[in-house]
Amino acid sequence: MHPSAPLTPPAGDEIIRIDGLSKWFGDFQVLRDISLSVRRGERIVICGPSGSGKSTLIRCLNRLETHQAGNIVIDGIRLDDSLKNIEAVRNDIGMVFQHFNLFPHLSVLDNCTLAPIWVRKQPRAAAEATARQLLQRVRISDQAHKYPGQLSGGQQQRVAIARALCMAPRIMLFDEPTSALDPEMVKEVLETMVGLARDGMTMLCVTHEMGFARAVADRVIFMDAGEIVEQAPPEIFFSQARSERTRQFLDQILDR
Amino acid sequence: MNRQPALAHRPLLQRGGEWLRANLFSSVANGVTTLLLLGLLVWLGDRLLTWAVLNAVWGNASVATCNALLGQGACWAVVADKWRQMLFGIYPQAEQWRPAAAVLIFCGMLVLTAMRRFWHLRRLLVLWLGGSLLCAWLMAGGGGLTPVPTALWGGLPITLMLAVFGTLLAFPLGVLLALGRRSSLPIIRAVSISYIELVRGVPLITVLFMASIMFALFLPEGISFDKLLRAQVAIILFNAAYIAEVVRAGLQALPRGQHEAAAALGLGYWQTQLLVILPQALRITIPAQVNSFIDNFKDTSLVIIVSIFDFLYAVRQAVISDLDWRHYFVEGYLFAMAVYWLFCYAMSHYSQWLEKHLARDHRT
Repeated sequence: MHPSAPLTPPAGDEIIRIDGLSKWFGDFQVLRDISLSVRRGERIVICGPSGSGKSTLIRCLNRLETHQAGNIVIDGIRLDDSLKNIEAVRNDIGMVFQHFNLFPHLSVLDNCTLAPIWVRKQPRAAAEATARQLLQRVRISDQAHKYPGQLSGGQQQRVAIARALCMAPRIMLFDEPTSALDPEMVKEVLETMVGLARDGMTMLCVTHEMGFARAVADRVIFMDAGEIVEQAPPEIFFSQARSERTRQFLDQILDR
Repeated sequence: MNRQPALAHRPLLQRGGEWLRANLFSSVANGVTTLLLLGLLVWLGDRLLTWAVLNAVWGNASVATCNALLGQGACWAVVADKWRQMLFGIYPQAEQWRPAAAVLIFCGMLVLTAMRRFWHLRRLLVLWLGGSLLCAWLMAGGGGLTPVPTALWGGLPITLMLAVFGTLLAFPLGVLLALGRRSSLPIIRAVSISYIELVRGVPLITVLFMASIMFALFLPEGISFDKLLRAQVAIILFNAAYIAEVVRAGLQALPRGQHEAAAALGLGYWQTQLLVILPQALRITIPAQVNSFIDNFKDTSLVIIVSIFDFLYAVRQAVISDLDWRHYFVEGYLFAMAVYWLFCYAMSHYSQWLEKHLARDHRT
């Protein structure tokens, strides 16, 4: 079986379809002929050594990176040069970054309402009501009027999650959301993400938090050198990985 | 000597003595340098004070009084006698209340703009449109006031107008050029880079000459623009290139993550720039912007090259053109210096306040 062929045939409710995706940075090929299908509500954890292309892969999904070959279809919309399509796809996808990327000149509340007001054209009052609700959900509603610079890393990342959720996305992308955090703050962010997963959000999460993968992932994907080397449900992935590279990688990160 | 046990609460004198010893007299060489410099300062200060204040001629004294003290004391009488010409140039004497009122209104507009309460787009638009029209009416006349052609305008109103509009209207153009320089569209980028590099490679005097003389050659016969307006446009176009480079520095200082976060949220190009990028980039560049505004303010004195009576030229002409007073141009220039300094110092102070004020808001 081709290593990057979809694990399960799409059960009619496919929300992401990637076919033969390739991408180069100059001469260097970061993604090699990747195919992947994601069902609605599926939670996927992507891991792999640095430089394996895992961040690039999820950044292609909302067109923060352009791909040079292959197809990406998100909820029926094909990602190509059409600005209209890119806009529609971005409206569907929320993203959380390693370095939070909150807007430092706006308060927590304004960070959350900016896109709903300007992109979704929501009235301010409605946007603020939604934002307060979601800030409550990430347990940070008492900080709504502070600026990002006044919050801890863990709090900032939870605000970033709330900010993405304010756009009511159907898919959430997480790009190493806990790697820039102090160890004592990792837990609060993971708990927020677990809560989100339990509510049925489609999630693609690049992370090395294998505890998180065990707890919520439907599928764990291991990438190396721009390819999907292995994908399996966590209980199989962690105990019966087929490829040598996967086993080596797991030995390294689980031994930490 | 009884040393006091605690470090705090010692008498001021004692602390002062220790400071002097530590900072100014820590070694023989340092002590000698301190004394020499102190001597020089006292000598210079004494001479300056004697010339500028003690021996000076104040108030509405006659030329004869000044001539009697030539070389020993300053003749401030020249400023008392000529201040109207210095401030307003050759604007008709009887109508000089009009430029005076315009300057006051204009300064009032600047002060209001500086105040946080006024930072709403509509208020600022109303203030600047209304204020500018009022000032223009006062200066130009018509509608009940005697018309005064721009060729007779001069002095401080000209300097203020050229500097303030020269920066204010250059600002949006500069921001567009800075964005254009970083655009992913090759044609827009090429146009922006060419413009910026071309204008920055040319002295302001050349641009003023072009605006004053060459520009007319490109226009169809019979159509001409006011000389003052042409100089104003030249200054705006010139300053825009410099502002663009300052803004670009601010844009480059922002991490790429800000663009990516905005894109991921679905914000379009202009929304990203206006709501996310520029508010941050412009704040970083406040010190540099004020610096170039102070530069522009003083550079406006170059318009004398195309015979426009700015403040400095008006001061000079007021003194030089009078056979009686023409020896006292030093006093005239010192007066001009004091006025320039007052504006520049106020701006510098305001920028420091602004930086602190905005930093307190964002706490990054």
